[in-house]
Parts: sequence; C-alpha cells; structure tokens
Amino acid sequence: MTSPEVVVTGLGATTPLGGDVASTWDALLAGRSGVGPINADWPERFDLPVRIAASLAVEPTDVLARVEARRWDRCEQVAVVAAREAWSDAGAPELDPERLGVVVGTGIGGASTLLAQDDLLETAGLRKVSPLTVPMLMPNGPAAWVGLELGSKGGVHAPVSACASGAEAIAWAYRMLAAGEVDVVVAGGAEAVITALPVAGFAQARTMSTRNDEPERASRPFDTGRDGFVLGEGAGMLVLERAEFAAARGAKVYGRLAGIGTSADAHHITGPEPTGEGAARAIRKAIRTAGLSPEDVGHVNAHATSTPVGDVAEAAAIRTAIGEHPVVTAPKSALGHMLGAAGAVEAIVTVLSLHHEVIPQTLNLEDLDPKVQLDVVADEPRKAGLTAAVNDSFGFGGHNVALAFTP
Amino acid sequence: MANEDIQKGLVDILVEVAGVEADDVDLDKSFVDDLDVDSLSMVEVAVQAEDKFGVKIPDDELANLKTVGDAVNYIASNA
Repeated sequence: MTSPEVVVTGLGATTPLGGDVASTWDALLAGRSGVGPINADWPERFDLPVRIAASLAVEPTDVLARVEARRWDRCEQVAVVAAREAWSDAGAPELDPERLGVVVGTGIGGASTLLAQDDLLETAGLRKVSPLTVPMLMPNGPAAWVGLELGSKGGVHAPVSACASGAEAIAWAYRMLAAGEVDVVVAGGAEAVITALPVAGFAQARTMSTRNDEPERASRPFDTGRDGFVLGEGAGMLVLERAEFAAARGAKVYGRLAGIGTSADAHHITGPEPTGEGAARAIRKAIRTAGLSPEDVGHVNAHATSTPVGDVAEAAAIRTAIGEHPVVTAPKSALGHMLGAAGAVEAIVTVLSLHHEVIPQTLNLEDLDPKVQLDVVADEPRKAGLTAAVNDSFGFGGHNVALAFTP
Repeated sequence: MANEDIQKGLVDILVEVAGVEADDVDLDKSFVDDLDVDSLSMVEVAVQAEDKFGVKIPDDELANLKTVGDAVNYIASNA
C-alpha cells in the first residue's frame, strides 16, 4: 500500500453542544458543558446510580422529515443529519457513484429499537412489531442509510469496535483511499443509546460518573476527582478524499489525514492495558504511516473518558509514544462520551484545532492527576500553530485507533 | 362504510406511515410504482388498515392489492 495523500474536505456533526459543527466548535471554545440531568423517568424508576447524560442539543426529529424519522432508529437519524451537513460542506462533489465509499461505525447501534420492539412483542404481540425492526436495530444501519442517501456504490461499511468505532471508520476510509478503491469516502460514527438498559449495564460495570448533583462538573478527564464517564450521544462525519481529486474539483481543504494506526491490547475485555503499551503501538503506527516523527506531534486530542484507570493508561501511552511535549485536550469533558460517535466528533475537533490554530480547553480540570505528567489545556482555549496532531480512540475489547492529522 | 370514507382513512394511513402526499392518492394509483410505498411500509399500512377498518388482510391477499382502488374494494367487501 502506498502512502496516499488524503485530505478532509467536509465536516458534519450533531452533538450535545450543538446541531452542527459550527455551534459545537463555538460551544467547545466557550467552555460550555453538554451534560445535564436525564430528562426521563427511568433513572428513578430503576433506582439507577446514574442520573446524568450529555443529550443532543438539537433533536434530530426537528430537522428530519417526519417519515424519515419514523423509519430510522435515533442512531440512524443522527448519522444522516451529520452526513448531510458534511456532504453539503464539501460542496456535494459530483462523482461516479462507484468511486464514492461510506464507512460509518457505531458502538451499540439500534439497541433502543431492539428493546422497544421486544416490549411490543411481549405486550401486544407479533402484529405490532414493526417490519422496520431489523433495519433499525442492525449496527450497519447508520452506514447503510448514509450510503443510500448519497447513492454510494463504491462500498458501504460499518466497523464495530465499541468506543473506537468512529475512529476506526476513518481509518477504514483511509485504507480504501490508499488502495485506490474510491476517490471520496464519507466516514464517521453515530450513537444514541441514552436509554435504561445501556445505562444500567455501564453503571453495573462501575464505569460511569455518579456525580449527579453537579452534572456539568461530572466529566473531568485527567482530574484527580474523576469518577467515570458521562454517556453522550450524537454523530460526526468527515468527507475524506484523495488530494488530487479534491484539487481537481477545487475543493476547500481543512487539513490532511496523514496517517492511521490500529492495534489491540490482548489484555482484558474492558480494562485498558495499564502501561498504555497497546495504545502506544497504535499511536506509533499513525505517526509512522504519516511519515512524521514524534517531535512533529504538538497536540494530542485524547480519548480520556474520565475513568480512573483509562486516563492514566492513555497518558502513559502518549508519553511513551510521543513524549511529554504535546499539548493535550479531552473533549469528553464537554461532550460526554458519545461511544461509537466519539472518535469521529473528536477527529473533527482535532482537524479544526489544526485549521484554526486553537485547542479547546478540558473542562473541570482543577487538580491534574500527578500520574498524568502532560501539558493538558485547562481553563481556556490555547492558541497553537501546529505541525501535526494525533487523535486517540480506544474501545471495550482492547481496540486502539490513532489518527494523525496535519494542517 | 362508504368507499369514500375508506379511501379517506387509507389516505391518512399512507400519509402517516409512508409520507405520501394526500393529494397524490387516487384510486388508480399503484402503491409501489406511483406512491413509492415499499414492501416494509405496505406491511405497516396493512396492520393499521386492519385496526382501523376491522378487517383481516392475510399476506396472500395483501400481495394482490396493487392499487389504492384494490385496497378500498377489498376493505369494503370484507369489513
């Protein structure tokens, strides 16, 4: 595989901070939190220890046609909302459909549909089960609907690697472009499972913050007071294309996806390898495929979910693979953890940090964990002209993905 | 129930389930070819029609209901 020149030409997102990329980015720089109380009866009904989440700022049903919304699980709704924005942002390139790919990952997919339809089957019987149940719950649903929306015939794929899914989709897109299969790929992730069972499951695994009385202060990556992640929801999509193709059509370019790295921990089904060696391998690979050296990487957009073990392991990985010099930020402090969408939305944040030469701050970083030993941006955004940045994503299962971007 | 009332009820279901424009619905319109109602949505239309008109629409009958008029006639003679 030759090293291809892959550029980013379109961005789209819907997040707990805003219904599009611009409002999300502005809110990040303004230091706003997307976390609040869960607006539903089930946390109390099931006496869940978790009562907070980062819910979408704009309901997808407010921007989709009614029948579209009716046919799509919420994770499919957000995928299409973000994809439409990204495609339009890229100038809706005209190309042979066979040269257009789509890669959209999700961690959990249409679990809400699965649960709701099972309830219907139990209470009302077969007749009430929707014929759309399977396309709504299948984890390739978001990718498939984006593919249909854009008429992609070059390949539609759906990586599933828990919280690394969105980043893995971008890595997959890079490989498709490198292999010369296609000229343009719409890649990203989508997730929407702020519902009782997923929250109950994560809570039982003791992975979530229970700082219910202070929602906006609950997600605090790298801070000594962190006690778990805050569940978020949303989607992020990037239009990636071969640089020659983008140049030929005169596309606006945000930056370059310079390299990718993936690895697996082979350590534990949920816990990260504590020395961060698995994550470090992915980061090294991304830097190497980008043709960069660790000294070039001035910024890391961290996975940092605000769990006690994970943040420290990632910090170790960053120090061993890159060094102590990169300026680090953790967007989950504001966005919560969007699981399979996180890697894609944070890739967008990384691209914009390079493009605008400013790194958003990590919220709630009041007392940096001494084991982190890194320069983490706190309090306010930091201006920084950068040569390269790395975006980390890790998932249950020991999946590690690192993406290297350059301006 | 008069055929006009059945047609009106069917239009409501088609608007709700399949996003069809009410003005596009005529008796001679084909669900699939003219109104773009796919096979999955037809199942939902049938279930809602069964509830609304108190009629049974078995799958082998559903397959024969090609146009809005076919459906109206079937419902009128089986309800």
